[in-house]
Amino acid sequence: MSDGRADPQDGQMDAAPAASAEWPDQLFALLKSHDIRQVALVPDAGHSRLIRRCEADQAMRVISLTTEEEGIALLTGAWMGGQKGVLLMQSSGVGNCINMLSLAIIHRTPMPMLVTMRGDFGEFNPAQVPMGNATQTVLEAMGTLVKRADRPEDVVPTADATIRLAFNTFRPTATLIGQRVLGAKTFGK
Amino acid sequence: MSAIQNQPVSRDQAKVMRRADLTRRLVARLKHEEAVIGGIGFSNFDLFGAGHRAQNFYMLGSMGLAVPIALGVALAQKQRRVFALEGDGSLLMQLGALGTVATQRPTNLCIVVLDNGAYQITGGQMAASGAGTDLIAIARASGLAQSAWAADETAFEEMVDRALTEDGPFVIGCRIDNARPEKQTPRDPSRIRDDFMRGLGVKK
Repeated sequence: MSDGRADPQDGQMDAAPAASAEWPDQLFALLKSHDIRQVALVPDAGHSRLIRRCEADQAMRVISLTTEEEGIALLTGAWMGGQKGVLLMQSSGVGNCINMLSLAIIHRTPMPMLVTMRGDFGEFNPAQVPMGNATQTVLEAMGTLVKRADRPEDVVPTADATIRLAFNTFRPTATLIGQRVLGAKTFGK
Repeated sequence: MSAIQNQPVSRDQAKVMRRADLTRRLVARLKHEEAVIGGIGFSNFDLFGAGHRAQNFYMLGSMGLAVPIALGVALAQKQRRVFALEGDGSLLMQLGALGTVATQRPTNLCIVVLDNGAYQITGGQMAASGAGTDLIAIARASGLAQSAWAADETAFEEMVDRALTEDGPFVIGCRIDNARPEKQTPRDPSRIRDDFMRGLGVKK
């Protein structure tokens, strides 16, 4: 389980995009434009607004997973059944998926992942750093094409490229949305 | 399977049946291009051994994922019945998937658990199911009320017929033997996927 929950250390929630940020709503519009029908996820605060938008959409099915590797399987089944999907997760969840990416690689199934980063910029929680620091390396070691978005204006174009690359070239792809975009957690505020 | 009083109440009371025979009985009842996801190991070897169908998907790896693959297919094609054939060791690896299925409530999904209490393909080492973990009890406790052990072959066929005609999701528990499979599935993953998509009408 990703720890995108209240932190008992100081009672604050993990970083969610500011209400003024436009990219979560634009990301939802992007998913609609690609006719994404199954949205598989383990929740993360960074994706909270996008998740709410997807849940409110009649044409989308939000599948809340118990662990991220279920999502690799679910999207494989969805695509073979004729529907497109995306997997939303926090960087810690990437570690849970690594072996299961073999499914997408050997069967050549599209596997777009939108990953909100922890442990890469101003992280407060030591437990997030090892996996956050390794996320891109381990994804690439398992044949995933990875692009980063570290500015708000880069999120949607990068996610667009990631989704296109997955469905046009039949492979796992990922956009890592940097902690700098999400807002590094600050103490005492 | 709302009427479960005729089913055995626990794994211990279910008859140990022949895995290959049960698989043939299942496949013989599929008349409407139902999809079947065969989990890794002997589960999918026997599915292939029962006669290749274009609506079969054979897993070569990714242990434990037959149920979520089947869920993705079932949500994408609500008019088609979808079966997941999964071994006990595999399902033990992804028990959370039962909760995910219970949350989504796909009416067209049936999970068939093939339980011999062991990791047969690697030499028959005991699994937790062989030491008392009851996967049907776990399925029920996960929110899948229509979960039951098959008392014998006749009961299994009746349960499959219900899964083909009534609203699921269903989970059918089968205690099985540890026989060697008659055939092995050809390991060509691109072809497995392509055949399956054509069998589901997604590709022409």
